[in-house]
Amino acid sequence: MAVSRRNFLRGAAAGGAAAACAAAVTEPAAARENLQMPPKAVGLLYDSTLCVGCKACVAACRDANGLAPEFTTDEKIWDTAVDISGKTITVIKLYTDGTAKHKDQEKDGFAFMKRSCLHCVDPSCVSVCPVSAMTKDPETGIVSHEPADCIGCRYCVVACPFGVPQFEFDKAFPKLLKCEMCKHRQAEGKIPACAEVCPTGATLFGPMTALKAEADRRTSTAPGVPTDYMRKTVDSTDVHERPNAAYVKHTYGTTEVGGTQMLLLSGVPFEKMGYPALRERSYASEAETIQEGIYGGFVAPMALFAGLLFMARKNTKNHGEEE
Amino acid sequence: MSKAAPLGGPFITRTTVITAILTLIMAALLLYRLVFGLGAVTNLSNGYGFGLWIAYDVFISTAFACGGYSMAILVYIFNKGEFHPLVRPALLASAFGYSLGGISIMFDIGRYWNAWHLFLPWWANTTSIMLEVACCIGAYCCVLWIEFAPVIAERWGTPAIRKFLTKIAFIPIAVGCLLPTMHQSSLGSLLIPAGYLVHPLWQTNLLPVLALSSAICMGYAIVIFEGSLVTEAYHRPSEAHMLGKISKLIVGLLVFYLAVRWVNLAYAGKLGLVLTSGKYSFFFIMENVLFVLPVILLASQRNRVNPQILFVAAVSMLLAGAFYRLDLVLIAYGRPGWHYFPSIGEIMITVGFVALEILGYIVCVRLFPVLSSHHPAKDSNSVRRAPRVAATTNK
Ligand code: SF4
Ligand code: SF4
Ligand code: SF4
Repeated sequence: MAVSRRNFLRGAAAGGAAAACAAAVTEPAAARENLQMPPKAVGLLYDSTLCVGCKACVAACRDANGLAPEFTTDEKIWDTAVDISGKTITVIKLYTDGTAKHKDQEKDGFAFMKRSCLHCVDPSCVSVCPVSAMTKDPETGIVSHEPADCIGCRYCVVACPFGVPQFEFDKAFPKLLKCEMCKHRQAEGKIPACAEVCPTGATLFGPMTALKAEADRRTSTAPGVPTDYMRKTVDSTDVHERPNAAYVKHTYGTTEVGGTQMLLLSGVPFEKMGYPALRERSYASEAETIQEGIYGGFVAPMALFAGLLFMARKNTKNHGEEE
Repeated sequence: MSKAAPLGGPFITRTTVITAILTLIMAALLLYRLVFGLGAVTNLSNGYGFGLWIAYDVFISTAFACGGYSMAILVYIFNKGEFHPLVRPALLASAFGYSLGGISIMFDIGRYWNAWHLFLPWWANTTSIMLEVACCIGAYCCVLWIEFAPVIAERWGTPAIRKFLTKIAFIPIAVGCLLPTMHQSSLGSLLIPAGYLVHPLWQTNLLPVLALSSAICMGYAIVIFEGSLVTEAYHRPSEAHMLGKISKLIVGLLVFYLAVRWVNLAYAGKLGLVLTSGKYSFFFIMENVLFVLPVILLASQRNRVNPQILFVAAVSMLLAGAFYRLDLVLIAYGRPGWHYFPSIGEIMITVGFVALEILGYIVCVRLFPVLSSHHPAKDSNSVRRAPRVAATTNK
């Protein structure tokens, strides 16, 4: 009898392990879907074709966030941040090709591109942070980082699809830096500094629904048609007119990894500007589905544990004392 | 079988002196890291947030330290009491491997003064795979030393303490079988959120299954590896007959691992990538050759009782598992435009941790009853015939 019971429990233990494996193999019925954009989400729309590369936003961002200019050359006569870093939240990068004589042209052209946090709708950084130092505001959707909570494990650095979180490797007591959409300014009723100073309206702030509609308007208007462009905010009356640009017919951030709250428009394909083509399913949702499948309600681990306890008790009794 | 006994002998030997020196170098470098920051000692960057310490000290070293786990499953769950003499040395090596892995994480995380946030519920982010891994490894370090406590008590404890520890031993044993099952699989899952940043030859939702099965294999391989070394170094009777039987398990598990990995690749239509991925192809193929080699070497019973072949197969298995993890974390993972190769400082710190592990192991086997002096092998023939003999004379 003991034997059959033992076999039964051994089976149970093995079953628990097998269940865990199976969960990882086949996606459980209750797959965690991509998170949805909060209804009152706010964000930024960056239009590369409007950007003149003046970097007013970079300076304004420094001022708004108490960051000194960053130097990468010996002579400190120019802010030479080449990318976002532990000292820099946003940069404007330059794309060039061939003779680089024509703006917003893929061949023989040049174009600018903003780099800063995209405030993903379903952010990997929030999903992976072990100590909840990365959070997404349920109302506005702003993705924030709280240094007081952070342990500096850099899992977010590894997992972010866009390489956004920047860790201060050069400090004994380092922090992590990323754009928080100037939430401290928004709390005072102001808009993000980069949108406020932008002279051409290349960076616009506003509700996501309005930003998306504005992006659609631009990409669906034929190139060359005189079009109004607002500055600072999407509903602003401060507008200027110019011929509509020849846009890539896609707004980056509408589908990528489940959507982002910074939308990008460009005349040059996004892959060339450092924004890779990404699928729609968020990586966070996929990883969480697998973990949930294995650990959901802690059922499989507990079943496994019960089996292990029984077998270990039985078998230590059998030969534990004889040694 | 006869009792385990302290090995005794001198503490100052060439090995202990060298390992002690390497440990001191590591200590100095760690101090330097604390004063000047991670960047002063490592080549870590915001393109490669995880470096050698995560790849080796966490992924590889804890898999090497799966000997205690793998043997506990065999002896206590599948009731193969004959392997009991191998449990203690394996447990000790595991206790060191995991503890040092845990300690090295504390130097790796940038804001270590906040590390305790990991263990308090109001900071916990339950979707974080790292949280699961960290808590599990932390708990397992404690469990390993509890599992080892009876050994210490045998030398220094009172009879009452010994009896009590033996009686409740099944609890830490069961926990000690559960926790590695959880975190060794989750260590694989750790890279799933990185998505496209991990090369498709490695990125798969089956990472937890592959990581766990290869870790258990590495556990058995390390038992064979250590068993062979200890036999050699301390001129102890050969354990080839027992190790040979364990090696059979490795073959089975490896066939499972390889089947899962290749069927998964085929199913996902990624087989073409095996040959067309440049440097990734090179690492992938090298890894797989190392995985297949032990299967071939250990396929026949004759080879399984040959100590030399056993040793080679175990080493191949360990290298395979190690490269699988190294490739996953440092090579398959990569951000376009970034490069990483560990600095001398990073390497010396990892070497120092390994040295400390060896040093601690030596001190412990000399001090505590870890190694058992069973089946004295009088001539080499008895070793060859041992498998059948062992089965009948056990106990
Ligand atoms: S871009 Fe990166 S840091 Fe920003 S929300 Fe998305 S995952 Fe997080
Ligand atoms: S580095 Fe900080 S914010 Fe990023 S995952 Fe680790 S604890 Fe969270
Ligand atoms: S929103 Fe604020 S913090 Fe973010 S890039 Fe713009 S100015 Fe910088």
